[in-house]
Amino acid sequence: MADPTSPSHRATRSAIEAVWRIESPRLIAALARITGDIGAAEELAQDTLVIALEQWPVQGVPDGPGAWLMATAKHRAVDLVRRRARYERKLQEVGRDMESRQETYGEPDADALDDHIGDDLLRLIFTACHPVLSAEARTALTLRLIGGLTTHEIGRAFLVPEPTIAQRIVRAKRTIAGKKIPFEIPAPGELAGRLASVLGVIYLIFNEGYAATSGNDWIRPELCVEALRLGRVLAGLMPDQLEVLGLTALMELQASRLPARVGPGGEPVLLTGQDRRRWDRLLIRRGLAALDRAGRLDAAPGPYAVQAEIAACHARATSVEGTDWERIVALYTVLAYLTPSPVVELNRAVAVGMAHGPAQGLEVADRLANEPALARYVQLPAVRGDLLARLGRFAEASEEFTRAAALTGNERERALFRARAEECSLG
Amino acid sequence: MRYLMLLSAANPSTPPPPELYEAIMKLGGEATQAGVLLDTAGLLPSAAGATVTLAGAQLTVTDGPFTESKELISYALYEVRSKEEAIEWASRFMDLHRELWPGWTGTTQVLQVMGS
Repeated sequence: MADPTSPSHRATRSAIEAVWRIESPRLIAALARITGDIGAAEELAQDTLVIALEQWPVQGVPDGPGAWLMATAKHRAVDLVRRRARYERKLQEVGRDMESRQETYGEPDADALDDHIGDDLLRLIFTACHPVLSAEARTALTLRLIGGLTTHEIGRAFLVPEPTIAQRIVRAKRTIAGKKIPFEIPAPGELAGRLASVLGVIYLIFNEGYAATSGNDWIRPELCVEALRLGRVLAGLMPDQLEVLGLTALMELQASRLPARVGPGGEPVLLTGQDRRRWDRLLIRRGLAALDRAGRLDAAPGPYAVQAEIAACHARATSVEGTDWERIVALYTVLAYLTPSPVVELNRAVAVGMAHGPAQGLEVADRLANEPALARYVQLPAVRGDLLARLGRFAEASEEFTRAAALTGNERERALFRARAEECSLG
Repeated sequence: MRYLMLLSAANPSTPPPPELYEAIMKLGGEATQAGVLLDTAGLLPSAAGATVTLAGAQLTVTDGPFTESKELISYALYEVRSKEEAIEWASRFMDLHRELWPGWTGTTQVLQVMGS
């Protein structure tokens, strides 16, 4: 008998988990198509993992472990669908169920699946990011089903207790079932809106990693990497969607700065202070390539592509001074037109401050002073503080940084703002 | 976590079967679609390259071929969540050779990239 604590057993277990990580999104997607139910699909996929964990350490890992998992999972899914169909028929026979659901549970066409892996994955992504779900639910479900993360990993990444995440996922699946959300790619008329929701979820995950809104770490790279992976998957599935390429480019370019974004003590290092030699050249290259592909599509750039263009300006520049700030100002003007928002306007203020000097930047920022949406926005006092300091108005700058320190939920950021407030109060 | 995969093998007596090339392209496509393959390329025989050696404060440039019995064939850069996942991708790659090029012998070294 195989000893479950032996090193070879443990190694097999790790190997199975690795195969699982690679295969689980495709498995769940295929199973969801057979059963029409993502909750059941995930359970079937989990059952399949359990079978592998029982059999492989004893019988050895099969050749083509991915195909083995898929075949085993499909088999069980077809069984389930047949059982349900029989159950439905029985229900009808005894006359308890007035509403026939026979069509839904028709004989499954499991063999047609292999040609549809990409489509199934897309269906899974669109379902997990359905607007009927809350933003938190979409995020958790996407990371669970498409990212293949455990609830424990998701909880750790978002600093939320594991049971809370598990609850969110259970409730999200219940909502999808309850509202009878079909497992499908949205019709062309709906696609733009639904795609915006998918991109929004991915970028939210990325941003929580890129500038953590809470906790002790300034960045959580594993979330960025996860979002990047999702973006790359989506870009592969929808290579003709400009905003998909735009978002992927944006994330690749922003992630290229991650190694320079934290100092030796874990402190935040802002763009202007970063050692650009530490930027990840490979990610820059990939980001610029994605942006180039986006630019060759016959469509107008959306907000993600424009933001990627802005990120590209930084990526191409070898120094702060060598940055094409004029172009960045122009791009922010385009972005403000596409998605008018005080946050975009504040970013434009920063760019204007770099292109035309702090006085002009401050003029733009000051127009936002009474903006209700920015009343508790950390970056408003942070940006004003920086522009005021550059104008030599240190007392006012210090007040702004103190305000920023009070507003942020991130400890590293708070320390940074406190230090700047202190620095300014000394003149 | 990033892993660099380096494939090396002795010079084969037969040319690689065309189906192998196709299968490798397909696997590469899958890994790219899964968002884990960042970069990959084949390498020309070392006869086209050179070595630059520093020894005793002396730089020596030597044209290829190198004297090692094995040649580096290709590299791939993966971004995955564990060493096991990297090994799984490398195993799939090697498995294609087993299936399509009987008798071929080679090694993929799986090296973690520092700071990733």
